[in-house]
Amino acid sequence: MSKDRLEAPDYNSLFSEERFVQQRENKKQFEAPCSAQETAEALAYSKSAEYMAKNFDRKAVVINPHKACQPLGSIMAALGFEKTLPFVHGSQGCNSYFRSHLSRHFKEPTPAVSSSMTEDAAVFGGMSNLIDGLENAVALYKPEMVAICTTCMAEVIGDDLSAFIGNARQKGVVSEDFPVAYCNTPSFVGSHTTGYDAMMKGILSYLYDRSGIQAAPGSGEETGEKLNVLLGFEPYTGNFAEIRKILDAFDTKYTFLGDHSGNYDSPATGEYEYYYGGTKLADVPLAANALATLSLQKYTLKKTQDYIGQTWKQPVQALSTPLGITGTDRLLEAISELTGLPVPASLTEERGRVVDALTDSHPYIHGKRVALVGDPDLLIGLIGFCLETGMEPVHIVCSNGDVDFNDVKFKNEAEALLAASPYGSEAKLYIGNDLWHMRSLLLNDPVDLAIGSSHLKFAAKDADVPLVRVGFPIFDRHHMHRYPILGYQGALNLLTLIVNTVLDELDRNNSGFNYDLVR
Amino acid sequence: MRQIAFYGKGGIGKSTTSQNTLAQLATKFGQRIMIVGCDPKADSTRLILNTKAQQTVLHLAAELGSVEDLELDDVLQTGFGDIINVECGGPEPGVGCAGRGIITAINFLEQEGAYTDLDFVSYDVLGDVVCGGFAMPIRENKAQEIYIVCSGEMMAMYAANNIARGILKYANSGGVRLGGLICNSRNTDREDELITELARRLNTQMIHFVPRNNVVQHAELRRMTVAQYNPEHPQAKEYEILAEKILNNKMLTIPTPISMEELEELLMEFGVIEDEEAAIKKLQASGQ
Repeated sequence: MSKDRLEAPDYNSLFSEERFVQQRENKKQFEAPCSAQETAEALAYSKSAEYMAKNFDRKAVVINPHKACQPLGSIMAALGFEKTLPFVHGSQGCNSYFRSHLSRHFKEPTPAVSSSMTEDAAVFGGMSNLIDGLENAVALYKPEMVAICTTCMAEVIGDDLSAFIGNARQKGVVSEDFPVAYCNTPSFVGSHTTGYDAMMKGILSYLYDRSGIQAAPGSGEETGEKLNVLLGFEPYTGNFAEIRKILDAFDTKYTFLGDHSGNYDSPATGEYEYYYGGTKLADVPLAANALATLSLQKYTLKKTQDYIGQTWKQPVQALSTPLGITGTDRLLEAISELTGLPVPASLTEERGRVVDALTDSHPYIHGKRVALVGDPDLLIGLIGFCLETGMEPVHIVCSNGDVDFNDVKFKNEAEALLAASPYGSEAKLYIGNDLWHMRSLLLNDPVDLAIGSSHLKFAAKDADVPLVRVGFPIFDRHHMHRYPILGYQGALNLLTLIVNTVLDELDRNNSGFNYDLVR
Repeated sequence: MRQIAFYGKGGIGKSTTSQNTLAQLATKFGQRIMIVGCDPKADSTRLILNTKAQQTVLHLAAELGSVEDLELDDVLQTGFGDIINVECGGPEPGVGCAGRGIITAINFLEQEGAYTDLDFVSYDVLGDVVCGGFAMPIRENKAQEIYIVCSGEMMAMYAANNIARGILKYANSGGVRLGGLICNSRNTDREDELITELARRLNTQMIHFVPRNNVVQHAELRRMTVAQYNPEHPQAKEYEILAEKILNNKMLTIPTPISMEELEELLMEFGVIEDEEAAIKKLQASGQ
């Protein structure tokens, strides 16, 4: 290796060099820009209360909605199963977006193929694309299952996946016993969570149906005492490990239905494989005989839960992401109830340590006004965590929040949760709104902290509010997804993130005499 | 529950024939029926409901903002013979995507559990199977029996053959079968024999020959089926026979569509069109 020092200026200092400053200046003559004064005026106006009223009247345009489209979730669901290749029936560009989006968050490759539909496929239907694509994908990537979802184009022209797959089998492209699961994922409805649910249900029902097993919950050797556990659209690989830890502490047997933590946390050994970890395909039909099912994203997994409840006839305990002390208590109660096992002492002790940590930080986070953005189940968890620690949610935006569970709308559950605590009295929940609305809210009714994904960073910066990155996607910070946010350990991690952000702010905004060593 | 669908060339009388037949099926044979109109014009249920076009699923969904906000009760209406009716609806001519509309509407009906406690669901689909959306009713788990309404006119037969091709695409992988051709007579030459022969070549049957009768138009002008307008009329009996044949139909086949050449030959054979030689002679004889 060369001993010469490699000059590698960082992004900020590189583009502060005179040549780049000059370059930007020179480009202006071609850009016909507004004057600096006009720009400043428009910017100031965009921060005004008058503009906020206009912004909330906005009907015809959505600016930076906090959601992604259905197949993105379907791909994540497919990668939760052993040696399963996600196959997107549609255009390549869609697939590239899903892959890069997921990879930017997890910093891991996302193996997924597309049927590469182009204009002629839109006219003549995508059957030959799907059949050729299946043949190539199976030959090249040697999966044990292919899981197909659709893009908008295939949905608009009405491509019939079931018939196409049947025809592919007849042509001998894939053998009769090669599993091909599928789901329809039109992105003009729902969001990435809907797509996750569709694929999860697609895979479970497909593998169950073809096995010929008749579900008999709570029976069968090695299956009757097991618990099925679903995490849903889970951006934190660390959450899988944390749930494992909790279930192991209970000493109960369990099967994860959908575990993408292997694929999204694979080791660098010098050899890349396409498939890491995941739920074993053979375990899926056996899961129909499990004792019960525990779902940790009840709004995401709506159809899957219905399927397990109705077709597998299993008791289903469905929660939102179990964050904080109260959330985790509820999780442990649910596990205890389903398995009949007592809450293990090790977890009770861990709870105590986290409560201790919370009291240590309490003076700094109590009464902090926060803004929240995220998926419905995450928000239920975050609201609960804020309220139990004395933080006050003020603005809550959920772009994909028009969902319900057991006939209760997410909006109603969240509002009831807020109403039950004095710390929730100022909160207002905005369903279907976007991050441009959030920007107006942050500017006109300032808060101390914003909690949400990387997408929130621009609104937070404009309003000069520090951002705590939680949720999906987190593109601009590394390894956050490797640390759990659920369970007692997760509560500690969330607390650490939040309180240290508050302390950083104290240091950053010190007035000279109070840049303290001890906080 | 049996799911059937009526297909056929535009203007051939699909909606008229299907509503008249289903009215008989409901009143004479006590079948519980739901009609799903899959035509943006939304005219598949007016004879049963005795109204102008019914409010459609997509129209109501657009008003409410999204399909998710819709309730089943908003879109289902009960009409003559206790037949339940729903119209998918769709965009104005020349805009949007009618095929996607049908997919959206049928998915809604299935998800909301509209198909419970029924003997028959009948889909009435517009014109030709022009795109994937219009094939929705013949996909897996939906209509298993297709009835093609046609007549002895060349283009009606051409459309019937095309629809048979559409069915064949889905027949091998799914369970959809052709139940027969319904000849809705236009009083063309040797119509009965011609359609019987076409049916034979398509590997199906002419399930019934519905003679032409003005009472159908009279009833239609009053937004009624013959069963309601004039139940004693012999034409009502014709629809009753057709209804009974459908009820007891055992001949469900995978169609064998024919080539355009074969279809033309068939028409020549029956003297519906002339071959070129004969046409030239005729022109010469007329002195042109």
